[in-house]
Amino acid sequence: MGEVIVVTSGKGGVGKTTTSANIGTGLASNGHKVVLVDTDIGLRNLDVVLGLENRIVYDLVDVTSGNCRLKQALIKDKRFPNLFLLPAAQTKDKTAVNPEQMKALAEELKTEFDYAIIDCPAGIEQGFRNAIAGADRAVVVCTPEVSAVRDADRIIGLLEAAELRNPKLIINRLRPDMVKRGDMMDISDILDILAIELIGVVPEDESIVVSTNRGEPAVMDMGSKAGEAYRRITKRIEGEDIPLMNLDVPVGIMDRLKRLIGIG
Amino acid sequence: MLEFISRMLGRESASSKTVAKERLRLVLVHDRASISPAMLNKLREDLVKVISNYMEIDEAALEFNLCQDDREVALVANIPVVKMKRDYATKELAE
Repeated sequence: MGEVIVVTSGKGGVGKTTTSANIGTGLASNGHKVVLVDTDIGLRNLDVVLGLENRIVYDLVDVTSGNCRLKQALIKDKRFPNLFLLPAAQTKDKTAVNPEQMKALAEELKTEFDYAIIDCPAGIEQGFRNAIAGADRAVVVCTPEVSAVRDADRIIGLLEAAELRNPKLIINRLRPDMVKRGDMMDISDILDILAIELIGVVPEDESIVVSTNRGEPAVMDMGSKAGEAYRRITKRIEGEDIPLMNLDVPVGIMDRLKRLIGIG
Repeated sequence: MLEFISRMLGRESASSKTVAKERLRLVLVHDRASISPAMLNKLREDLVKVISNYMEIDEAALEFNLCQDDREVALVANIPVVKMKRDYATKELAE
């Protein structure tokens, strides 16, 4: 029996889809049978992030409304024989699916896959309620910004109200240089406020833009820092106890000078 | 000393992350309690009205806030009493 994990955030643009794609790809490359489900009906993007946009025939709404069988809608990733995508519908809206249908779908996916990763749309309306309906676990993505942390707090409250206990936090797009200057909230600041368990920290990394341009998740790129962060998150999802990666920035000459004269 | 140098270099004295954290703390107290500042003000007025039936209070020194501890929110009011109203007991008898 597999597990359904929803990736959510409240605020848009913090990296839910990128995170979903990387976690899914990471789990698949570790040998698990994985399905990624895009529930952002009307604004689908997981397909392009994965580079599978040209192969869509049927979508999530076709499955839930009975237009096709689940197997017909699943797109197989050619790079990983055990990675599949269930794309969102692009021409319909969030009301085309309801939470009961999502629950039934989640049950079906659990019999076929080790992991189903649900990419949740932004917001707290029906799209969110659909995405969390069948989930066993939740991952909350948040960037070190006031707006993102505030929305994450709201989402954590809503997840708990929906009986999805102990959501795990991913801090995305952290900039160690700004943290060092005191111009960005650090990991402990955010954990202090949100009071949930951390499952990973992903540094801001240009390679994410490049990998999204190509449709190849950064987790496959051994030279990418963000990719390394996602590989660690993947292992933690599998239950391994992996330390956070070292995000320290190299000490600059000014810092050394300050330390030398005893003011740093 | 470091602050002095920072100021010389034209940087702000308080780091912006401290500002961010403090602002978040305040906004989340209201978010978590689902109470708007306007509603809190109304509650305060109502409370003053009710208490004033029984005692004279120092409204200027009244403290009234939602306080947050971890994920719990408490309504904390500090209401200085100037004097008790003597006519309270007689009023009750008359009714």
